[in-house]
Amino acid sequence: MAVTGEKARPWILLAPSLAAVTLLLVIPTGFVVAYSFWQRTITGLEVPELNVANWVDVFTDGFYYAILWQSLRYAAITTVACALLGYIPAYFLVHTRFRNKALLILLLLLPFWISYIIRTLSWIHILGANGIVNYALQALGLSDEPKHMLYIEFSVIMGFVHAFLPYMILNIYVSLEGIDKSLVDAARSLGCTGWQAFREVTLPLSLPGLAAGSLLVFVLTGGSYITPMILGGPDNAMFAGIIYETIIVELNWPLGSALSIVLLVVLGSVVVLYTRFMSLSQVYKSFG
Amino acid sequence: MERGLFTAWNGIRFFTGLVYIFTFAPIAVVVLLSFNDSMFGSFPMTGVGLRWFGELANNEAIVRAFKTSLLLGSLTAVISTAIGVGACIAIVRYDFPGKELVNTLLVAPILVPEVVLGVALLLFLKWLDFSRSFGVLLLGHVILTLPYVVLVVQARLYGIRRVYEEAALSLGANRMQAFLEITMPLLMPAIFAGMLFALTISFDNVTATMFWKSAGLETVPTQIFGMLRNSISPEINALGTVMIVITVGLPLIAGGVVRYFARART
Repeated sequence: MAVTGEKARPWILLAPSLAAVTLLLVIPTGFVVAYSFWQRTITGLEVPELNVANWVDVFTDGFYYAILWQSLRYAAITTVACALLGYIPAYFLVHTRFRNKALLILLLLLPFWISYIIRTLSWIHILGANGIVNYALQALGLSDEPKHMLYIEFSVIMGFVHAFLPYMILNIYVSLEGIDKSLVDAARSLGCTGWQAFREVTLPLSLPGLAAGSLLVFVLTGGSYITPMILGGPDNAMFAGIIYETIIVELNWPLGSALSIVLLVVLGSVVVLYTRFMSLSQVYKSFG
Repeated sequence: MERGLFTAWNGIRFFTGLVYIFTFAPIAVVVLLSFNDSMFGSFPMTGVGLRWFGELANNEAIVRAFKTSLLLGSLTAVISTAIGVGACIAIVRYDFPGKELVNTLLVAPILVPEVVLGVALLLFLKWLDFSRSFGVLLLGHVILTLPYVVLVVQARLYGIRRVYEEAALSLGANRMQAFLEITMPLLMPAIFAGMLFALTISFDNVTATMFWKSAGLETVPTQIFGMLRNSISPEINALGTVMIVITVGLPLIAGGVVRYFARART
């Protein structure tokens, strides 16, 4: 009796959270797959009848391809920009001898605690017609009229980079911090210049962090729609935004389901591709 | 290190400074503008005052959204942490078949796009005729925050050595007593951190929440999003400042309290 009780105990402890994931994520996702094959009648009612019309729509309408491509392009640009902007600060934080290093790291993590929507809309104050940049340009006499810097691709990318850069820095920081410092010393003592030691030792060893950060930034950007809605114009829609429109505004749930599955499969394949080369535990490490 | 102004290290320092400015300047502008006396929520500043904070307190919709967000965040934090801690204890302290799979399943929601999470839960619950919208939000926020709680608590639990519990067991405590008297107090900071994490994620979430909220039920971020349709009203800046003070101040105070108690104990 006691033995079976002991065996059951982990499952009792796990039961609530496994039930939550199963009932709130796994089954609903399966349900979305089923729903995408349902038929939508003219009256707006959905009929549970096997029907591939939604999928034909998704695969034949060039509009969806264009938006999907645009979303992936934004995600790629954001990822590269975050990597370029994030590597040096992460390197600095690992190697600085500044007394209040903990404070600098805390500051870097602070944006995680600041509302995403506030951080996004703050760019309107920077790039808008009445924003700081235009204000400065006019005050300096460099421009007579406000420059158009908002509601275009540029402002959307700025918003994304601003929102997701901390994830990149944190991931690179975690992997740089884990590098044995004596390896660099060894390279230096064998005649490497500082740059060579960085290129041959530090950079390759920090690649897992760079990859983990890139995966997070790419997937987060690829699934966004709030940022382009606030900082973008009509030409800057993203795939997730089309899903929102279809489900919430047009109430076309079967088509919205099909589009959701497309997004899940596309971003999911990026994750799968990543796991072919790296371990996901690197991604989770930065949250632990 | 070489001397001189144009060393590589100085370049790194300069660049890092620029990135910090890039990170904080927009936020600082929001806080600055929230004290603007002007009718408009943008530059130029016409005077300094607390006018818009007063307007904020009188705006019924915002106050209601605030209450919703606080209640939602608190319940989410309690539920997520309660079920997450149980799962972590099972994973870290017990051996059972399928452990890897269970662990993967529990943290998987992090990598599922929030939009898909939003659509899936909405459609499924509507199909079940589950229409209480606060309930939908709560269930949704639990699944959003659970993986983060699991990661934070698990990392900490691996750091608590098993020998303490074994010592208690060998001195005659049963497993429950050992857990309550030994493990639980040591785990308290992680439980606290997990709850705070869940609270802020819930308080901040907008991407998935937009799918789950109903017309009359707004959280603070969805309320802000709705207000943005027109233009940036000065109230939004004031609300932003309040949210920054809460979400940044709360963890800092909590950190201070934890440190205070940790010091008091030793």
